[in-house]
Amino acid sequence: MEQYEPDRPPPAPAAAARRSPATGRASLTRRSLLRAAGGGTLALGALGTLSACGIPPAKNTAGVPSDDHSDEEKRIAFSNWTEYMDVDDGEKRHPTLDAFTRRTGIRVEYTEDINDNVEFFGRIKPQLAAGQDTGRDLIVVTDWLAARLIRFGWVQKLDASNLPHAYANLSAQFRTPDWDPGRAYSYPWTGISTVIAYNKKALDGVEVRSVSDLLDNPKLKGRVGFLSEMRDSIGMTLLDMGKDPADFSDDDFDAAVARLQKAVDTGQIRRFTGNDYTSDLSRGDLAACLAWAGDVVQLKADSPEVDFVVPDSGYMTSTDNLLVPNRARHKTNAERLIDYYYEPGPAAQLAAYINYVCPVDGVRTELAKIDEAAADNPLILPDEAMAARSRAFRSLSTKEETAYEEKFAKLTGA
Amino acid sequence: MTAVAGAPPEAPAPAPRKRPPGRRGRLVPYWLLLPGILWLLVFFVMPMVYQASTSVQTGSLEEGFEVTWHFRTYWDAVADYWPQFLRSVLYAGSATVLCLLLGYPLAYLIAFRAGRWRNVLLVLVIAPFFTSFLIRTLAWKTILADSGPVVGALGALHVLDVTSWLGMTAGDRVLATPLAVVCGLTYNFLPFMILPLYTSLERIDGRLHEAAGDLYATPSETFRKVTFPLSMPGVVSGTLLTFIPASGDYVNADLLGSTDTRMIGNVVQTQFLRILDYPTAAALSFLLMAAILVMVTFYIRRSGTEDLV
Repeated sequence: MEQYEPDRPPPAPAAAARRSPATGRASLTRRSLLRAAGGGTLALGALGTLSACGIPPAKNTAGVPSDDHSDEEKRIAFSNWTEYMDVDDGEKRHPTLDAFTRRTGIRVEYTEDINDNVEFFGRIKPQLAAGQDTGRDLIVVTDWLAARLIRFGWVQKLDASNLPHAYANLSAQFRTPDWDPGRAYSYPWTGISTVIAYNKKALDGVEVRSVSDLLDNPKLKGRVGFLSEMRDSIGMTLLDMGKDPADFSDDDFDAAVARLQKAVDTGQIRRFTGNDYTSDLSRGDLAACLAWAGDVVQLKADSPEVDFVVPDSGYMTSTDNLLVPNRARHKTNAERLIDYYYEPGPAAQLAAYINYVCPVDGVRTELAKIDEAAADNPLILPDEAMAARSRAFRSLSTKEETAYEEKFAKLTGA
Repeated sequence: MTAVAGAPPEAPAPAPRKRPPGRRGRLVPYWLLLPGILWLLVFFVMPMVYQASTSVQTGSLEEGFEVTWHFRTYWDAVADYWPQFLRSVLYAGSATVLCLLLGYPLAYLIAFRAGRWRNVLLVLVIAPFFTSFLIRTLAWKTILADSGPVVGALGALHVLDVTSWLGMTAGDRVLATPLAVVCGLTYNFLPFMILPLYTSLERIDGRLHEAAGDLYATPSETFRKVTFPLSMPGVVSGTLLTFIPASGDYVNADLLGSTDTRMIGNVVQTQFLRILDYPTAAALSFLLMAAILVMVTFYIRRSGTEDLV
């Protein structure tokens, strides 16, 4: 560019410069003044927008009327977690769902689009908060999130007359959670037990029978894993301290956090994990950890070194629950599907495949026909002694939930 | 101002066929820009406004959030989470330096020495992108397993003693330590360093090297005085492309780290999804953005590079 005199550009670039919106030579004119004024107004407007942004209270949408189109539209949109449904050998079809469609004529649009409770909540929150249809008739979420959705009034009350099997066959231990007494809004899809899993080879003779062993045995330093789910890690610690996770105080909670904090500070706990503890455990990087029973059944089948123990102090139980969100178009169809999975046949077929705790009574004979070992596995069908030791985490108010999650987040590093 | 005051010369008399662009003609560039502007408005400006608003709100999800101009959130966020901020800068900075040290020789090799293998090598650099970020990060858990060959070798060479002493590893393991997180960041962002470096190295005229040789420059002098200065645009854009996303990353810290390696991205994620404290999450995001902006501006000023890439 140096060959040109700076204030005498040749015609073509000069014309280009005048035309170009970005580099046009704007001297101070009336127009640019106006433009600046416009910018100022915009900035003021932005401030106004800022204060208008707020998020309305969740409860606004309670009582949103939902039209049920079940009779005209013989279908249902069912969102579930990955690998939470039986598949045939080709891994393409879901035999129990196919049987349901054959029997009722209701087509099931089955989507495995739930990977994580908090992330799924973030996804459906905008629609539910605005009182809109999420496009889903049936969703499956864990206790605490189900409790939150019910508390916010974002899910529909179920019609008991459509649920005769579910009403009759639901296991006693899942009947009256304190967040949904009598199961007015939800039915469990599966139960989830939190137990201690270990890798025999990595333990190398060290005995692990309780959460105290995990937290205190110096031989396990840096090879112990806890779960990043607050209710599981804190609940198991509370049980170990002789407290009841179904009825505890703020002080008890703080004491449990302090106990875990000590183990974090000394480097006893390697990390807080989500589902990814499974690979750490089978590789032996984790010698012992808190684990979900359904995973343990699978891990045991894959690698013989992995085994589990149920602490004498008890273990945490939660459920993944079927819920019908507000504005769902096919509520009756959804209820028929829920009821179908509470018949012993389909329930057994499902339990044999997914290895989680089956919440349905009277499936033992059916399950034994499919898989003898599964029917005798207390992690799938808990016997009375096992069921008696299970404890659920009490439901929390929004305020408690925020405070506890914050304390737990500090414990896990953020 | 003189340049502006010296009014541009009168436009030459228009050629007979060419009429000066009318009103419609003058608007054409704006029309062409419209999709881009709309895109920025919808996906950048609006979220920013929304986020700015969220950061000064108070409330809870159940009772709703209202704008109360609660600027204290910012102060609290810094007071509570400055270690994670510091860590993010430290880890991202280390990863960027490592990427530069690893990436420069590789980019140099591909640009000047690879010959007919050049394209193959370039594809190999990009190939990891064909699999998911998550899977690649998880693979590092197998590579760095406690009883794996890598950790075994590092232990036998007493490298782990040194890194433990520096506080980068814990005992005889690498996983769940700062070192693992930095390794993961380095690996995941290496291609973002190599590609800009390669582009700017490849553009250097080979005859300049010959000329340097003719003037009795040793190879190392040639590199210091010719090659490296000419590759500065690549170095700057490579470091920016590595540092900026790395400092906001949370996957590596989550999967390869432990409680004492959490970065600011993890905090934002936890605040937003788990604790549902949207104001704090928004304030943290703004603080991160501001911090990066300041650092990057300072860096670009210092390195004085005008034409990035």
